[in-house]
Amino acid sequence: MRMVRALALLPFLAMLIGPFFVNRVTPTIFGLPFLLAWLVAWILLTAAIMAVIFQLDPANRDGPE
Amino acid sequence: MNGALIGIAAAVLLALGLGFLAQRGRQMGLEQWTVAGRSFGAPLVFLLMAGEIYTTFTFLGGSGFAYGKGGPAYYILCYAALAYVMSYFMLPPIWRYARDNRLYSQPDFFVRKYDSPALGVIVSLVGIVALIPYLVLQFKGLGIIVEVAGYGGISSTAAVWIGAAVATAYVMMSGVRGSAWTAVAKDLMILVVVVFLGIYFPLHYYGGLGAMFDAIEQAKPGFVVLPARGESVWWFASTVLLTVLGFYMWPHTFGSIYTAKAARVIRLNAIFLPVYQLILLFVFFAGFAAILQVPGLTGPEIDLALLKLSVKTFDPWAVGVIGAAGVLTALVPGSMILMTTATLAANNLYRAFDRSAGDARVLWIAKVLVPVVALIAVYFTLQGGQTIVALLLMGYSFVTQLFPSLVLSLGRNRWITRQGAAAGIVAGVTTVAAISLTHTTIGTLFPVLPVEIKELNVGIIALAVNIVVLAAVSAAARFATSRQGALARSAD
Repeated sequence: MRMVRALALLPFLAMLIGPFFVNRVTPTIFGLPFLLAWLVAWILLTAAIMAVIFQLDPANRDGPE
Repeated sequence: MNGALIGIAAAVLLALGLGFLAQRGRQMGLEQWTVAGRSFGAPLVFLLMAGEIYTTFTFLGGSGFAYGKGGPAYYILCYAALAYVMSYFMLPPIWRYARDNRLYSQPDFFVRKYDSPALGVIVSLVGIVALIPYLVLQFKGLGIIVEVAGYGGISSTAAVWIGAAVATAYVMMSGVRGSAWTAVAKDLMILVVVVFLGIYFPLHYYGGLGAMFDAIEQAKPGFVVLPARGESVWWFASTVLLTVLGFYMWPHTFGSIYTAKAARVIRLNAIFLPVYQLILLFVFFAGFAAILQVPGLTGPEIDLALLKLSVKTFDPWAVGVIGAAGVLTALVPGSMILMTTATLAANNLYRAFDRSAGDARVLWIAKVLVPVVALIAVYFTLQGGQTIVALLLMGYSFVTQLFPSLVLSLGRNRWITRQGAAAGIVAGVTTVAAISLTHTTIGTLFPVLPVEIKELNVGIIALAVNIVVLAAVSAAARFATSRQGALARSAD
C-alpha cells in the first residue's frame, strides 16, 4: 500500500515541475497548445491514479467508515 | 423588462424556492443549520465541495483571466486537481476528529487540537478576513452579470443590492441544506451552459479549436502558454502550490468536510472531483474565443469577456439563460460564504467571550449577523477596482497561513505548541497584509535576487515567514516549559 500511495506524488511532479519542460505551443494535440494538452492529460491520469489508490486501500473495504 | 432579465429573475426565484423547500420538516438546531446533522452521502458532499469551486470565480474570473492573461489561467485547472489528491489523505483524519468531538467549525478544530480558545479566536478572525474578498467577488460577479446580460436594464449597483438581499433571505431560512439543493440546480445549469459556450464559440467564430489557437498564436505569439517574464513558469508553480495548500483552509470548505456521513465518502470524491475540474477547459475556450472577437477590455473589465461575447453572439433569451446560470454561480457560493462568516463570528468569536451562551442563542446571533456581513461585503463591492482572480488570490494568501499549524496537528508527534501555532499564523497574515497594502513584490523587497525568485507568488514568502516563526516560537515555548519542569523538580 505504501508503494501505491507514492503514486499520488506523480500529479504534483507533473503539474508543478512539468511546466518547466513543456511550456510550449507546439506540437498541438487535438488542437490544444502542448502545455494545455499536458495539463489536461495529467488531470485525467490523476483521476485514474486516485481510482487505483482507492481500490487498493484497505481502509475502504470494511468497517462503517 | 426584456427577455434576458426574465430568465435571470426566474433563476433567482428558483434558488429561493429550493432554499425554502429544503428546510421543511426539520428542526433547525445549530448542528442542522451548519453541518446538516452530518448526514450527507457522496453525491451531496461532492456537490457542496464542487459547488464552492464552480463559482463566479470560474465562470467570469476564469474566462476573463484566459482572455486577459492567456496561459497563466491554466493554474486554475491544476490547483484543485492537486488539492483533491491531498484531500484523500488529509481529510479523513480531520473528519473523524470532528465527528468524535462534535465540532461545527474550523476554529473549533484548532481550539480542541491545541487546547487553546485564544487560537480559535485568531483562526476565526483569519477566516472572516479571507472570506470577505471571496464574498465581494461573488457580489461583483452578480453585478456584472445582471448589468451586461440584462442589457443595462438594471444597474450593477442595484443588482448587487438585490443579490445581497436574496442571498441573505435564503441563508436565514435554510442554512447549509438550502445550499446543497440549490447547488444541484446550479451545477446542472452551469455544466450545460459552459460546455455549450466552450464548443460553440470556437466553432462559430474560427471553425474549430485548432483554428482558434492558430489565430491567437498568429495575433499574439506565445499568449496561450506561460510568458518568459512576469507570470512565468516560476509564478505558475508557486501559485499552484500556494492555492493547493490553501484549498481546504477556507472555513466553508473545511466545514463541508463535516457534512460527510463517512470518511469513505470523502475518499471516493477524490476520484471524481479532478475530472469535474475539466469543465474549466470549456470556460477557457470561451475566454480565448473572446480575445479576437471583443478585443480591448483591460484591467477589471477582463471579467466581462464571456458575457460581452455572449451578448454579441446570441438572442436576448439565450443571454438570459447564460445570465441565469451565472446568477446561480454567484448566489449559491455567496450564500454559503455568508452563512460561514456569520456562524464563525457567532460561534467562535461571540461564544469565546460569553462561554455560557447556549446553541439556541448562538444560532440566533448567527442569523442576526447574516445581513450585517452582507452589508459589509456590499460596501467593499461598490468600492470596486480589482479583478475577480486578484480578489481570490488575496483571500488564498490569508487562509493558506492556517495550513502549517493544521497539518502539523494531525500527526502523532506534536512538536508544535499553541504559542508557536498562534505566532506563526499571526506572522504570516501580517506579512500578507503588509504586502497587499503596500503593493510589494519580492522584486521591490530584494532587488538583488535573481529574476526567477522575484516572480514567485508573494503568498509564498508569507508562508515561509509563518513556518520560521512557528518553529522558533514552538522551540522556545518547549524550552521554557522543560526548564520550568526542571526547576520545579529541583525545588522538590
